[in-house]
Amino acid sequence: MLKISNLHASVEDKKILKGIDLQVNAGEVHAIMGPNGSGKSTLAQVLAGRDAYEVTEGSVEFLGQDLLEMAPEERAREGLFLAFQYPVEIPGVSNAYFLRSAVNAVRKHRGEPELDAIQFGKYIREKMKLLDLDPSLLNRSVNEGFSGGEKKRNEIFHMAVMEPKLCVLDETDSGLDIDALKIVADGVNALRSPDRGILVVTHYQRLLNYIVPDFVHVLVDGRIVKSGDKNLALELEEKGYGWLEAEAAARA
Amino acid sequence: MSNEILEQFANREYKWGFVSDVESESLPPGLNEEVVRIISEKKGEPEWMLEWRLRALRHLARMQEPTWHNVRYAPVDLQSIVYYSAPKRRPKLNSLEEADPELLRTFEKLGIPLEEQKILAGVAVDAVFDSVSVATTFKEKLASLGIVFCSMSEAIREHPDLVRQYLGSVVPYSDNYYATLNSAVFSDGSFVYVPKGVRCPMELSTYFRINAENTGQFERTLIVADEGAYVSYLEGCTAPMRDENQLHAAVVELVALDGATIKYSTVQNWYPGDKDGNGGIYNFVTKRGRAMRDAKITWTQVETGSAITWKYPSVILQGDNSVGEFYSVALTANRQQADTGTKMVHIGKNTKSTIVSKGISAGFGQNTYRGLVRVNPGADYARNYSQCDSMLMGDKCGAHTFPYIDVRNPTAIVEHEASTSKIGEDQIFYCNQRGISTEDAVNMIVSGFCKEVFRELPMEFAVEAQRLLGVSLEGSVG
Ligand SMILES: Nc1ncnc2c1ncn2[C@@H]1O[C@H](COP(=O)(O)OP(=O)(O)OP(=O)(O)O)[C@@H](O)[C@H]1O
Ligand SMILES: [Mg+2]
Repeated sequence: MLKISNLHASVEDKKILKGIDLQVNAGEVHAIMGPNGSGKSTLAQVLAGRDAYEVTEGSVEFLGQDLLEMAPEERAREGLFLAFQYPVEIPGVSNAYFLRSAVNAVRKHRGEPELDAIQFGKYIREKMKLLDLDPSLLNRSVNEGFSGGEKKRNEIFHMAVMEPKLCVLDETDSGLDIDALKIVADGVNALRSPDRGILVVTHYQRLLNYIVPDFVHVLVDGRIVKSGDKNLALELEEKGYGWLEAEAAARA
Repeated sequence: MSNEILEQFANREYKWGFVSDVESESLPPGLNEEVVRIISEKKGEPEWMLEWRLRALRHLARMQEPTWHNVRYAPVDLQSIVYYSAPKRRPKLNSLEEADPELLRTFEKLGIPLEEQKILAGVAVDAVFDSVSVATTFKEKLASLGIVFCSMSEAIREHPDLVRQYLGSVVPYSDNYYATLNSAVFSDGSFVYVPKGVRCPMELSTYFRINAENTGQFERTLIVADEGAYVSYLEGCTAPMRDENQLHAAVVELVALDGATIKYSTVQNWYPGDKDGNGGIYNFVTKRGRAMRDAKITWTQVETGSAITWKYPSVILQGDNSVGEFYSVALTANRQQADTGTKMVHIGKNTKSTIVSKGISAGFGQNTYRGLVRVNPGADYARNYSQCDSMLMGDKCGAHTFPYIDVRNPTAIVEHEASTSKIGEDQIFYCNQRGISTEDAVNMIVSGFCKEVFRELPMEFAVEAQRLLGVSLEGSVG
């Protein structure tokens, strides 16, 4: 469903992604790991369409369409979801209202009738259970005053509500205590399905104990330097990134 | 313009003479005693009213056009303005198809019902929408409670004692340049009187007042809530008001007697001029209320129109335990300029005031908050809380805050909070990533920013105000 070919991207003339190739099929879970500053968030943001990043080369195909040609909101409506590393606060806009606008934007795009407040209320109550979310977070302003963990959980809640086709999770595990980590992982696992692709960006192997990936890729300095199965993550946990960075440097 | 010229004009004989011809719709431009006499005469006003107008005119000759505010515009030439035109109806259209398509598009975006669109666009509606009978039922109901709600002209004729007692009691004719001008030449406006202990059962809105069309550029409104009375008044309407009159100088006076409550809500959307700032309306308004013992006055305003807005709805907290509130959203886009805020003058003991001001600037808009909180020596235990938030969209606009605080009583507590934020690209992107279009995202973020003010508006008004902000901001974020 997602095919990234030779993707190069830069920000303010600084080259960050230097030729990424990656294919994610429906039903698969891919993990992307790598040291700080290697370009993981950049990849996620480029996929979502953040215009601060300039794609200088390469292509991305999403469900048979040219992803890079689509506006960010179109990508979202077509089923691409990004759980942000740093979720954004929107003061004065309730989480519930925000989500209803989001869901209705997608429904409208698909030619489905929009949900009114009551229908939507019913719909999200089911989803809340999944994430064990404090109901008061629904009426509070989007992410405003949420704890770090609450923000991350809220992202997964958004994801569950929007039922995307491709989920991109950027460092969703950082800032979570172990219980929250399990809840988030359960939420993600519940969304695993044969017709949904998942791309998990993470630093630590820890999350991958709970969300077991089919493939693991290591990003160093804007390139995928190694791919493997879940055992690669264990190896990284043991040895760190140093040896891969050295290899990459030697090759460059 | 200089005093000298004004005085010269004021003293000069009116060379066109008295226009008594009924066919003649309006006077030639110019301001002098004769003009004021004609206005008063045409309206069939009693002698005391004319005297009052003339005192104002004479006072005006000794005043200077104010320059202390933070807005820029070409000087207003008072001699080039027409001060009287007979209740001129806008040209009646036969159907909506004849109306300006741009106006219709705006109506549609605002979600204004078809019948209302017709009235606003000036389509002859008598046959379709019986506004007269709606207004009549409405009036009967109010009359049964002893509530007076009519045009100022009618009030001067029908309720002279009330008008005489309260007109100018809060904003005297000598108050300030534009209020003085208004006192001399005011065209019409609304008058409300709610008797002792009566709670007005519905929101009063000019919309229901027959004759509300074309109240003119010098509007004068007076609302009196007698002891223990309650009234909520809505000014204006959210449709774009096209008007050839460039200068609007209105005066609104509120009198809340012991234990009374007045809520005054405004949504103002006059023509702001084109993208380059040509042709917009200058809106110079004096609004003030006096709250007696245990009384409460709340001003809520959403200002999105006019090229230049200059207005400070204020409360004189005269009686002990009186309460004054000011909730404001002011938006300036394109070349619009707004200098607005409030004055809370604490005179009575245990008086309380709250100020919540939200300024939004986009394009080249300049938004100034100017507020005064004064606590007089006798105002023991007075309290004020002020919050001024500004939101900037883009980097060519500006937000300015001038809070003046003058406390002369040691027991007073005055708090002031201020913030400035930029509508974030990251906020918009976050919304986009959830499928929400940039336009809807901006609306949502701005509405969220204004929530504390919208909450104070009557329900339907709040919904309209929210839509209006959206329409006004269209294209502000690319
Ligand atoms: N908007 C920006 N302006 C300038 N530099 C940027 C910008 N965004 C990212 N960068 C730089 O690009 C590089 C890659 O950043 P990115 O956020 O993609 O890394 P990451 O792999 O997600 O790191 P982390 O593990 O710390 O989250 C970093 O050197 C970062 O400083
Ligand atoms: Mg990152």
